[in-house]
Amino acid sequence: MSDTPLLELDRLALHFGGLKAISDISLSVNRGEVLAVIGPNGAGKTSMLNLVTRVFDATQGSILFKGQDIARLSRSRIAHLGIARTFQNIELFEAATVLDNLLLGRHRFGAGAWWQQVLRTPALTRIEEDHRARVEDIIDFLDLSAWRHARVAGLPYGVRKVVELGRALCSGPELLFLDEPASGLNPEETRDLAFWIDDIRSDLGITVVMIEHDMALVSAVADRVICMAQGRVLAQGSAAEVQAHPDVIAAYLGT
Amino acid sequence: MRFDYHTRYAQGFALLRHPSDWLAYGSLLAALLVLPLVASTYLVGELGYVLILCIAAMGLMTLTGFTGQVSLGHASFVAIGAYAHAWLMAQGVPFAASVPLAALIAAVAGLVVGIPAIRVHGLYLAMVTLAFAIVVEQVIGHWRSVTGGYMGMVVATPRLFGWSVGSPRAFYYVCLALCVLTLVVLANLMRSGLGRAMTGVRDSEAAALALGIEVNRVKVGAFGLSAGITGLAGALMAHHIGYLTPDAFTLLLSLDLVLMVVIGGLGSLRGAILGAVLISLLPNAVSALKSLLPTAMARQSGLEIFVAGLVLALFVLFEPTGLNGRWLKLRALFETFPLYRRDTFRRQKTYMKSERNR
Repeated sequence: MSDTPLLELDRLALHFGGLKAISDISLSVNRGEVLAVIGPNGAGKTSMLNLVTRVFDATQGSILFKGQDIARLSRSRIAHLGIARTFQNIELFEAATVLDNLLLGRHRFGAGAWWQQVLRTPALTRIEEDHRARVEDIIDFLDLSAWRHARVAGLPYGVRKVVELGRALCSGPELLFLDEPASGLNPEETRDLAFWIDDIRSDLGITVVMIEHDMALVSAVADRVICMAQGRVLAQGSAAEVQAHPDVIAAYLGT
Repeated sequence: MRFDYHTRYAQGFALLRHPSDWLAYGSLLAALLVLPLVASTYLVGELGYVLILCIAAMGLMTLTGFTGQVSLGHASFVAIGAYAHAWLMAQGVPFAASVPLAALIAAVAGLVVGIPAIRVHGLYLAMVTLAFAIVVEQVIGHWRSVTGGYMGMVVATPRLFGWSVGSPRAFYYVCLALCVLTLVVLANLMRSGLGRAMTGVRDSEAAALALGIEVNRVKVGAFGLSAGITGLAGALMAHHIGYLTPDAFTLLLSLDLVLMVVIGGLGSLRGAILGAVLISLLPNAVSALKSLLPTAMARQSGLEIFVAGLVLALFVLFEPTGLNGRWLKLRALFETFPLYRRDTFRRQKTYMKSERNR
């Protein structure tokens, strides 16, 4: 394993006219770590995530993923590199079943040529069975088997959060962004989530970057914490270091 | 209740999963095959027309129901298919080659509309497709050398492998074969990667992009596929009408098609077919109803449109999931009797819906 970071942001900035959502951020994400990004609302946490997943065009700076600059790549190429994300306000395919949502997570691995799909050839059946087997692994991992054939529209909020995490995992990422994974979850679900994030890192070998407000969860799972405020990095280090940092206390956590 | 015991994943996504499905769809197909032998010529002709509309409704369902793109101009693709087919037949192209070619021409037209139209959503997309339909109607009206203009053009009698299939009975079988073919092709697509990508684009573009789905390509592809299938229906429609004029393909036909997919239930092929059957039989039902109404009411023009609008309003109010939704509820009632719960199908309201990043 090389020493180069998995993801490197270099002097990244995002301006909407005169509004500087992100100004001059440089940071790196190392392989195999859980990095938490904290900060007050409007600090630019989700904007940074949207820059990496190419929802927004960076005003300046570069984004290096495994040494390749992805700052000008098209939005739909990002998943193919092995970067997955979840959304702050769950973005599931509402009218589809949990199973179809997870199968859609496998989209980047291909689903056969169009004529094979039309004719439903035996080769295509094998491809579909293979996808299904991978999806079943994730269903086992996240304990979703009770909901497999349920439509997302009828699921409780906590389960939807897990389904969205599962869909991101199905795309077989190397780098996983979680945008407020614990918001709206009860304490029990948050505890489950902490175990899963730990397992995602240790068992599946996926690097996790999570944006989160729940400091208990952050200190439980994060190897490193970055605090942002007003589009800048305020402090970084271990959870305890960041929590004790005077600027962080002043801008975000309070005493 | 029924519990499946599967030993392979393929059994879980088979088209017909149970022996009872084979029996039900098999007997439906058998009935449709036997029907022309016993029914009157008029009825067989009407049923052929219903099958054509089923194909057209499945075409629109691909775009509106599965991919979530509204179209108020699908009559134009029916027209393009019909005129392309009639013109090709007039040039001496045999029926068996002319029908797929006409569908292909309509598909190309769909791509041409789709590429600029996918930049807009919802209501604006409805306006763009509506404008396209008006343009097509005008072009057909004025392009006299090919379409015969407002004077119309005659459609040649279809011949298949040397046999004339112009009679209502023979043509019914052609329609039935193509309808079943379309159904199987679309059912296969919808349970494969492309169909999943379409529903993904419909439900959340932000998530679809994040999963690596090329949203614009899927939308344009859906436009092409939808237009192609609708064009196929148009080619068959040309023979049903027999004499093509631009006023056979007006906004009313587009609205009828929209009515079929909405009343049938968006997002299901069964819905497209049930909706097409209901809407195409509505005029017949209305004319049967007329004899029961007071003459002053029965003589009113526009009674069909009124009844169609009323049916749509009632469905939107009481059964937003359409005929397909009602079907699923009935089936659940029988399968789980006496444990059926109404709340199984109650949709919960979602308050958080992000529109920002689409």
